[in-house]
Amino acid sequence: MDLNYSVEERAFRDEVSEWLRDHLPADLRQKVLEYRHLTRDDLQRWHSILAQKGWVAPSWPQQWGGTDWNVVQRYIFDEACGYAGAPPLVPFGLLMCAPVLFKFGTQAQKERFLRPIYCGDAFWCQGYSEPGAGSDLASLRTTAVRHGDRYVVNGQKIWTTAAHFADWIFCLVRTSPAAERKQDGISFLLIDMRTPGITVRPLILMDGEHEVNEVFFDDVEVPVENRVHDEGKGWTVAKYLLGHERMNTARIGTSQRELEHLKEFASMQRKNAKPLIDDPRFRDKLSHVEIELMALSITNLRFLDQLRGGRAPGAEVSMLKIKGTEIQQALTELMMEAAGPAAQPFAPVAGNDRFDRFMASLAPRYCNYRKTTIYAGSNEIQRNIIAKHALGL
Amino acid sequence: MNFDPSEEQRLFAASIERFVARDYTFETRRRVVASHDGYSRDVWAALADLGLLAVAIPTEYGGLGGGAGDLTSVMEAIGEALIVEPFLATVMGSRFVARTGTLEQKNSLLPAVASGKLTLAFAHSEQGARYDLAHVTTRARKTGAGFTIDGDKRVVLHGPCARTLVVSVRLAGDDTDQEGIGLFLVSTDVPGVSLAASRTLDELRAADIFFADVHVPANALLGETTCALSTIEDVVDYATALVCFEAVGAIRFANSATLDYLKTRKQFGVPIGSFQALQHRMVDMVIEYEQAKSMASLACATVDAETDPVRRKRIVSAAKIRVADACRRVSQESIQLHGGMGMSDELKISHTFRRLTMIAQQFGDADHHLERFASL
Repeated sequence: MDLNYSVEERAFRDEVSEWLRDHLPADLRQKVLEYRHLTRDDLQRWHSILAQKGWVAPSWPQQWGGTDWNVVQRYIFDEACGYAGAPPLVPFGLLMCAPVLFKFGTQAQKERFLRPIYCGDAFWCQGYSEPGAGSDLASLRTTAVRHGDRYVVNGQKIWTTAAHFADWIFCLVRTSPAAERKQDGISFLLIDMRTPGITVRPLILMDGEHEVNEVFFDDVEVPVENRVHDEGKGWTVAKYLLGHERMNTARIGTSQRELEHLKEFASMQRKNAKPLIDDPRFRDKLSHVEIELMALSITNLRFLDQLRGGRAPGAEVSMLKIKGTEIQQALTELMMEAAGPAAQPFAPVAGNDRFDRFMASLAPRYCNYRKTTIYAGSNEIQRNIIAKHALGL
Repeated sequence: MNFDPSEEQRLFAASIERFVARDYTFETRRRVVASHDGYSRDVWAALADLGLLAVAIPTEYGGLGGGAGDLTSVMEAIGEALIVEPFLATVMGSRFVARTGTLEQKNSLLPAVASGKLTLAFAHSEQGARYDLAHVTTRARKTGAGFTIDGDKRVVLHGPCARTLVVSVRLAGDDTDQEGIGLFLVSTDVPGVSLAASRTLDELRAADIFFADVHVPANALLGETTCALSTIEDVVDYATALVCFEAVGAIRFANSATLDYLKTRKQFGVPIGSFQALQHRMVDMVIEYEQAKSMASLACATVDAETDPVRRKRIVSAAKIRVADACRRVSQESIQLHGGMGMSDELKISHTFRRLTMIAQQFGDADHHLERFASL
């Protein structure tokens, strides 16, 4: 049993970390560390830097720009980026639409869509959830009716992250409303966000940020050539995407960085004339999170080790998602708690140039991170998946 | 990074698993714990024949020179089958001897342990000490060419079957001083040593051991040292890492028994495992297992390789905290999901519950280790 990376893996990690030290722009990193809002330009800038280096889409086939890294190298890379404080990559094009195109897309679709995704010229968003279809995704009601070489789409998507700056959306739509099973009769369409009839309405969340949207489709015409896989096979595509989960879903590197930051921050805060970190009540909570993260980092490596042979991950990813997001939430909560009353101010009023942006970001971040146990298959859905597929219940 | 067992570890695992399946069924265990001694000499001899008692003994004393990492499969099997023989106590005793013993002490004890002729126990904990390893009030004073020991030890696990005890004593200083602690090798048949045996909740045998004017020769002082605390910490950390793996085995059994029960027990005309309220609890038990196993693995790797005691203590404490939490959650949930049947003495799960409850506090409960973790 050897819990450490091999010499080659360590060398790779060092290479990545060193490159990040030299190429991650300080202003972007600072924004990430201070939990500030990242604009489309910020996201695109980092995307381009990685694309130029050839590291933006490691998991893609090599002919399309993939790096041919194994599962452990990909994990090391993702974790190093998170630990360094790199902005996240918007996953909808790189990690969701692209794998679908590789598996089910026509040659023409691949040639048309993949390059702009790789270069960061086209941002994508995901049209899955609807007001009546959240965890029960197959209940979606957005329709696409075929007229000759076009579909006419009507309906509404919700919680659509990045729709306000995305160029394209991939959508699950109902093409055969009469299908016996609700999973049948669904198709997977690629839709240009500039098509007439699309309206994007912001959904402002409780942290005050504009991150998600409602997207309305009102007689939106979509060329048939933008359908991926056969008509009625949308659910197959959606399930394939689920099975294409990533092993960095726990985001260990990011949480490790935040834990270190939290410890430093809690050492500077004072309670009863002593550093807050020495307060037994605070300290115990901190220790529990630290130990859970320590355990999860080993669990993640153990699962990775089992996947070296090339088997697709299954219930492992659900476990990592559950624990990883619980830890992420706990960290945001402790960070807010560490700030104490200073976490109350939320936004400066004009003329307040001494406003502490970092302190002010902690409570909104705590609010924002409630999303992590809800999105990408709520943690309850993840438990259903484990119960069914791993335990046979 | 390599989580695969080595070829040798695979063989240990296979032999203990074969042994358990054939010779240590739950019914066998029931007979063993009801017997006079509360453990089986035949089982002990079988473990010796399989070479498992030699794994942790250095090669120059008839052992295989293995570390904690080589014992994980044995500990897992002990947890899974609820083996009551004094394996861990003997491993601890022999580690004391191997770490600090004189050549003569090693030669006289270690080969005997490896061949199954000698069982050991660590007589350390005392009234009111809780988990403070420096709390030693049993005194030894120099008398003539040897020492005289006076004092009481409480709940010495496997004390009744041990032929030789490793006894911690205070040679100098106050009752909880870090300095001035020594270790003696004392045979249980020396005049002045008396035992009051008891059964623990998890059906092991323990003893309160009383030392009244016990004379021992000078060469009974282990390693001739008067500051044994760091050795005690080392050995207890080592044992803690191992007992974490025993917990992993017991948790694995609890989970698989509970999952079977969910699939077979019917209520309202359906298997109760079809209820989401129970499914989610089962899933959380599985996650507990994975997290506990990760920390037990980390602790075993650490006690084998880490040379800095501070880092070692930190990791071992982290592991014990995580494993203790998992012991508690899984044991409680497994009984709840079994319903009334889980309460009955007849089902193995209720015995696993008891063992997990005891492991959670063995060598320090979660609170004790949280305090140590935070102080390092």
